[in-house]
Amino acid sequence: MTLSATTNERHREPVENRIDLILGLVIAAGLGLAPLVGVSDFQLSLLLEVMIFAILAMSLNLILGYAGLVSFGHAAFFALGSYAAGVAANKLSPEIWVSLPIGVAIATLIAIPVGWLSIRLSGFYFLMITFAFAQMIYAVVYRWNSVTGGSDGLLIHGPTLLHESVLQSRQALYFFTLACFCLSFLAIQRIITSPFGRVLVGIRENTRRMRALGFNVRNYKLLAFTLAAAFAGLAGFINAQFTLFIAPESAHWTQSGTVLVMVLIGGTRSMVGSIIGAAIVLLLQHWLSSYTEYWSLALGVLFIGLIMWAREGIYGLAARAVVLLRKRAL
Amino acid sequence: VAEFITVQTLNGLVYSMLLFVFALGLSTTFGLLRFVNLAHGSFLLLGAYVGMSTLRATNSYALAALAGAGIAGGIGLVLERLFFRKFYRRIDLDQVILSYGLALVFLDIAKMIWGKDIQSLPTPHWLSGGVEIASVTFPIYRLVLIGLGCALFAATWLTVERTRIGALIRASVDDRDMVGGIGFDVRGLFALVFAAGAMLAGLGGVLAGPITSVYPGLDFEILITTLIVVVIGGLGSISGVFWASLLIGITDTFGRALFPDSASFLIFGLMALVLLVRSWGVPEEEIE
Repeated sequence: MTLSATTNERHREPVENRIDLILGLVIAAGLGLAPLVGVSDFQLSLLLEVMIFAILAMSLNLILGYAGLVSFGHAAFFALGSYAAGVAANKLSPEIWVSLPIGVAIATLIAIPVGWLSIRLSGFYFLMITFAFAQMIYAVVYRWNSVTGGSDGLLIHGPTLLHESVLQSRQALYFFTLACFCLSFLAIQRIITSPFGRVLVGIRENTRRMRALGFNVRNYKLLAFTLAAAFAGLAGFINAQFTLFIAPESAHWTQSGTVLVMVLIGGTRSMVGSIIGAAIVLLLQHWLSSYTEYWSLALGVLFIGLIMWAREGIYGLAARAVVLLRKRAL
Repeated sequence: VAEFITVQTLNGLVYSMLLFVFALGLSTTFGLLRFVNLAHGSFLLLGAYVGMSTLRATNSYALAALAGAGIAGGIGLVLERLFFRKFYRRIDLDQVILSYGLALVFLDIAKMIWGKDIQSLPTPHWLSGGVEIASVTFPIYRLVLIGLGCALFAATWLTVERTRIGALIRASVDDRDMVGGIGFDVRGLFALVFAAGAMLAGLGGVLAGPITSVYPGLDFEILITTLIVVVIGGLGSISGVFWASLLIGITDTFGRALFPDSASFLIFGLMALVLLVRSWGVPEEEIE
């Protein structure tokens, strides 16, 4: 084998990444077709919610699966995106080119100091400090009545563009969300396959070695943390346009826990997994809560089963099945 | 002003002692087994509910406390055998998700059996009077709780520092593989410690009942404050937990009285501060 062949080999993307990209595009195409084939309004809302939480789950997976940072406060950035966009819409202007950037920017800006402090810890202590910061953010939105509406939540004005109402119909909002979803997926996929993403994986696998190789580990972690918060803020912004109401519960730690489980159910080694995980948890929640008020019991059983027997998530199970089938075919 | 300070300090002490009783189990499982148990609150909740039902059936506080602690300890033992022991070597995230799942299951089971309403656990009538301290009347029951907490601190401290089993526990916190390697039954020790922690949590539930009332959600509410205590107190150190309980209990009580809007901000900020000060200047992967 010649030298050029080996370097080529090295620079080629792993085959899983291409499979992920194709799977993601298939999912996006399916979501794009859904409103055209006569899906009911209720189902459309459900799909909308799935896309919003898929963006949130992918953003968490960026730091959880790739950088190995277990954040237990990710929902705080989601809520910050919602609240910042909502407050901007109510107090400044409901123009979408005002509220969207403000929502994402506030989530990102607050993530910088929070991340800068949090990445000084790892493992369980990282989990606890992100949890602490998220609870502090929750305390602020829950108590700051004059701005956030406190425990009553916040009703927000619908978005406008050049003083015309936009995204009012379910369909319009659906396609807007779909566009955001596709762009987020492509962007995050691009991030994790870039040299930056490979460095993150290196840090996850062996922080000390990466440090010894001269990488400024903390800068990489901080950038990943901030990027993840930006996408979470985007998801929060869309959710605010979807419900036109923001409840302080969106910043609560149980919400962070739910997102964490979405990522784990899908499998942390793939962004498509996070999309599937978000879909499974949300659909299960809707389906179970229509049958019984004790749906969190079923959810708890799901968590236990997942962690006991399917640690790699759906994606890991699928990969194992593929390997088995190949063996049989040979 | 003097009255305010006396009352709040006493209330803070009571709260601290309840936190301490509850945090002991959480801290030892965390220090000894390296296990993050978010289901610890379930022991407290189940203990409180079982105690309440026993009290209604038998009208005896001794039986209620016994039943609450016993059931919680028993469930702790079963969970340790069935689930937790398989997770001692797994990463924090797995432990968190497993115990969070268990906590959700227990919360719903408690709702099914005892309903969703806030229920009160009456104060024992023979402890229902008040005592005058510095011109403030303070309920005897709460004073007894402060005494119980201090006694428990003394007892656990002596057990851990001065007995053979305590020496084993301390050795296992340092290096469990070595303790197992020289022939001690570490698994049995772990199960014992875990069950004892669950029992204390159940007992704490019965003791706290007359003060906090009993309701679904009490488990997570106390769990979160206790996590702060455990993190500040350090790994598996009895006196660390005791002082951290005092610090958080009193800070939180005064915080709630003086700045009702930002009390939780205060204790979470305190935890973040302690974590950061303790780890400043150390590469993050080397922090124990």
